[in-house]
Amino acid sequence: MGIAQNWRLRSQRYGLVGEVCDDCGEKIFPPRDVCPYCTQPAQTPFQFSGRGEVFSHTTIYNPPTGYEEFVPYTVALVKLEEGPLVTAQLTDVDPEEVNIGQPVEMVTRKIREDGPEGLIMYGYKFRPRLQEV
Amino acid sequence: MRDVSIIGIGQTPVGEHWDRSLRHLAYDAVAAAMQDAGVQRADALYVGNMLSGEISGQSHLGPLIADFAGLRGIEAVKIEGACGSGAAAVRMGYLAVASGLQDIAICAGVEKMTDDVGNRLTGGLAQAADADYEVIHGISFVALNALLMRRYLYEYKVRHEDFAGFSINAHANAVGNPNAMFRRPITAEAFKKAAMVADPINLLDSSPMADGAAAVILCPTERAGEFTNNAVRIAASAMATDSLSIHDRYDPLWLQAAQDSAQRAYRQAGVGPDDIHLFELHDAFTIMAAMSLEASGFAERGKGWQLAVNGDIRPGGRLPVCTMGGLKARGHPVGATGVYQIVEAAQQLRGEAGDCQIPNARLAMAQNIGGSGSTIVTHILEGR
Ligand SMILES: [Zn+2]
Repeated sequence: MGIAQNWRLRSQRYGLVGEVCDDCGEKIFPPRDVCPYCTQPAQTPFQFSGRGEVFSHTTIYNPPTGYEEFVPYTVALVKLEEGPLVTAQLTDVDPEEVNIGQPVEMVTRKIREDGPEGLIMYGYKFRPRLQEV
Repeated sequence: MRDVSIIGIGQTPVGEHWDRSLRHLAYDAVAAAMQDAGVQRADALYVGNMLSGEISGQSHLGPLIADFAGLRGIEAVKIEGACGSGAAAVRMGYLAVASGLQDIAICAGVEKMTDDVGNRLTGGLAQAADADYEVIHGISFVALNALLMRRYLYEYKVRHEDFAGFSINAHANAVGNPNAMFRRPITAEAFKKAAMVADPINLLDSSPMADGAAAVILCPTERAGEFTNNAVRIAASAMATDSLSIHDRYDPLWLQAAQDSAQRAYRQAGVGPDDIHLFELHDAFTIMAAMSLEASGFAERGKGWQLAVNGDIRPGGRLPVCTMGGLKARGHPVGATGVYQIVEAAQQLRGEAGDCQIPNARLAMAQNIGGSGSTIVTHILEGR
C-alpha cells in the first residue's frame, strides 16, 4: 500500500473514528458515505470508545508478507460497545488465552513494515481490557 | 428474453500443470468445449479469472485467450469476482445470449496458480477481502473463514469433527473423476488429526489451490438441436452480492447473497430446494459448505453440518453434493472453479459422469462463492 493510501486512513487507524447516521442513529465503522442500515447519507464523524469484546478469533502461523515478525498472532472480530464489528489483531495476550466474549480495548501498535527501508504502518489493535481501578 | 442452453463442455484436469501456461490451459478447455459443441466460431468469450495479474503478470485476458483459441476479433473480456469469477463469467454469457444480442457465447474459467514465486498467492487471494480494513491486519483468506467457523461452532454448539463428512464425501466422490486433483479417500480419523492451518480450520477442511481451466458453450435453446441432442438447459441464473468484509455483514453467520441468489434462481426455474437432485456447492472450506446449505434452503440455520453427519450429501442421499469431488478434492483453481461446477453438473445431467454418475439426475444446482460470501452466483441446470 502506498503512502497516500495509508495517510488517508489516519483518523481510523489511530483514533477509531467512524460515523454516526443522522437519520437512524446507527454507529458505523469503518466509515462510508452512505448508512448501510437506512441508505441515507452518513458523514458525521463519531469516535468509538475502543472498548468491546471478542466476537471470534483465530491464530495465524503462516503470515502474508510483511507480518512475519508478529507470528504467531491472533486476529479477531471485535464487537465494539457501540455496535459495529471490527477486524483487528489482538496484542499483549497469549493466543491460548483468547476467548469469545473476552473484554478488550483498543491500543495503537505497529501494524506492518514494508521491509527495512519501506513504510512502517501503525494502527489499532486490541488487548485484554485492563481492570478498572 | 430467450431460453439458454449449454451445448458444449470442456475441462482440463485440475493439478500442477508446469508445462502449460495460463493461455494454453484456457485454450485446452475452450477447444474441448467447442469440439464438444461442434462449433467453429462464437460471438463472444467471457473469461473468469482472479489472479492472472498478480501471479502471472498478465491482465487483459479477453483478447489473449480469444486469439489463442483461434477466435481473434470476437468480443472478449475478463470477468473478475474473486473465487466467484467462473460462474460470474457464465452469468455474463447467459445474459448475452438471453438478451438476443449474441447467439454463441463461450464462458471459460482459468487460473494458473503454480506460476507464483514466493507468497504472492497468499497476498493475491487476500485481495478478495477488504484491503483497508481486513487485509491490512495481516489476515489471510483462510483466517477469515476461520473467524466464521469459530463463531459458528460457538454459537450453534457444534464440534469441529461434525464437519468431517463434507471432506470425506468430496474425497470419496473424486475417486471416480479423472479430472480431480485428489483421487483418494480420507477417513474421519485423518480429518480429526490433520494439521491446523488457522484454528479451527485444518488442512482437511480446506480445498487445495491448483491450475485448471473449464469452459461451456451457450446458445439459445431453440437452436440447441442444430448442435447436439444432449443440450443442458439453464433453468435459472442469478447473482447477488453482500458486503465485501465480514465485519460489515448484518449477520456474519448468514450468507445473505447465497439466499438471495438461490431464491431468485428457484423463482426463475419455478422449483424449490426439494426438487434439486444434486448440488455442486462451494466447499472452499467445510464451513462454507454448511453455510451454503443453510442459506440456500436445504437446512435450517445452524444445521447445515447435519447433512454431512447423516449422509444426506452422499451419492444416494437426499441431496448429493460435490458429486465429482467439489473444491476439496477436485481442486480449487480459483477463477475457474465456478465453470468446473457447471461443467460437472452438465456431465451429470448428460449421463456422462462415469463412476460419479447420480442416477436419474434431471435438475442440478451449482453455487459459486466469491470471497467470504460477497459475490454468490447460483445456477440451476435441467437435463433432458
Ligand atoms: Zn442510517
